[in-house]
Amino acid sequence: MRHHRQALASAVRKMSLLNALVIGVALALPAGGYALLESLRPAGERLTLEPRISLFLDPQAKRADADALGQRLRTDRRIASVRFIPREQALEDMKAIQGLAPVIAALGRNPLPDAFVVTSKEDLAAELARLPGVAHVQADAVWARRLAAASAILEAALWLLAGLLGAALVAVTFNTIRLQILTQRDEIEVSKLIGATDAFIRRPFYYLGLLQGIVGGIVALVLVAAALALLNREVAVLADSYGSNFRLGFLSLLEAVAAVLFAGALGWLGAQLSVSRHLRQIEPS
Amino acid sequence: MVSFSAVAKRYPGGQEALKDVSFALAAGELAFLTGRSGAGKTTLLKLIPAIVRPSAGSVVVNGQNVGALKPAALPYLRRNIGLVFQDQKLLYDRSVYDNVMLPVAFSSHSPKEAARRVRAALDKVDLLRREKANPIQLSGGEQQRLAIARAVVNRPALLVADEPTANLDADAATRILEIFVAFNQVGVTVLIATHDQGLIARYGKRVLRLEGGRVS
Repeated sequence: MRHHRQALASAVRKMSLLNALVIGVALALPAGGYALLESLRPAGERLTLEPRISLFLDPQAKRADADALGQRLRTDRRIASVRFIPREQALEDMKAIQGLAPVIAALGRNPLPDAFVVTSKEDLAAELARLPGVAHVQADAVWARRLAAASAILEAALWLLAGLLGAALVAVTFNTIRLQILTQRDEIEVSKLIGATDAFIRRPFYYLGLLQGIVGGIVALVLVAAALALLNREVAVLADSYGSNFRLGFLSLLEAVAAVLFAGALGWLGAQLSVSRHLRQIEPS
Repeated sequence: MVSFSAVAKRYPGGQEALKDVSFALAAGELAFLTGRSGAGKTTLLKLIPAIVRPSAGSVVVNGQNVGALKPAALPYLRRNIGLVFQDQKLLYDRSVYDNVMLPVAFSSHSPKEAARRVRAALDKVDLLRREKANPIQLSGGEQQRLAIARAVVNRPALLVADEPTANLDADAATRILEIFVAFNQVGVTVLIATHDQGLIARYGKRVLRLEGGRVS
């Protein structure tokens, strides 16, 4: 245990804050991107990805015509669900939207038609548009699908970026440890001559890699938190104008701890690779 | 304590440093190893802590055939041998005290015991008052004494020194030899490589003469 304490103390003395800052900046990019995606995900998930088709009836259509159409839609096996939205309910829903109530009141009459919202795995929009009494059909899922596809591309790009920057972290640590080993070449050689085990010699370098990764991870979180705080000032203004309290959120405690530990593990890996490669070259002669 | 049997050492380039070396060094003995420059004295000394491995024959130290030891076992062999190198191999980025602390750092002693041992070793070589100095500030003789302090701090049963009096004046050389003799008098086995025939003659101890790759 004492040897571990000595190794840790030695690693703390040798740690370069500049390296930790470089690692922190590199990790802040994927960590910040992840925080952004996670903030936007709940909004995206509210959008149905199941093909949803809205059927707006002719404004002159009678309720009996609507009932008949509803009956026909419900018997169609290709349709998963049918929901009827009477024009009165549509009006009430619209009035609930902030700022629209006075406009609607000024109209004096209900301009909205009866409507059906149906869901189906098949693209029935064109066929449903030909049904009697249907004035207009809108396939709502298309743009939601595009948004989901764009989100998936963004997420994949983010993981790719995280992978590349993770490799950069390993490389930075690898090089830092290499330089440390070169600086301490005499000490390592003498230590081997007078009976130090390989584990004893390697341990401070492992701790240095681990520490550098952890501090880099913490720096990354601080940078992300600061960036989100700055962005949220503008997001608040935009969201308030839509009557929303949406804000960009930081990583959860578990995610933040996992990010720091992962950075530490990558630092350890870089140290392990460097130590294995470079210590072998130092043998007393 | 140390036994060489028909030991040969040929380096990868083909240079044959030792041909057929056989001798035994009993526990508590002090012996000088002598021979002209390039005779193979340093190679012979390096075979004892397995810094180099024999090409043929066996080197037994404390009952262990060091030529057959796995690399992982070497540190434990070396901890029981005090090594004093011709070029001292001191670390000039730390104090006299920290140089002597180096071998104690990977032992299992408590910090208090480690500090006590370091000070005791420095006291034996009369460097305690220089413990905070940097080795670069020491004279040649003092640097050699510092190297001895580092070699004995873990109280090894065997001390091996390669030309410890080289480049020292007569007084400093005598002082260094007296330190080795003092350790030998308390039971430490000592093997010293030197070409200083005057010193060897003065002590009347056993002499291993290395000639033509063989000990006579």
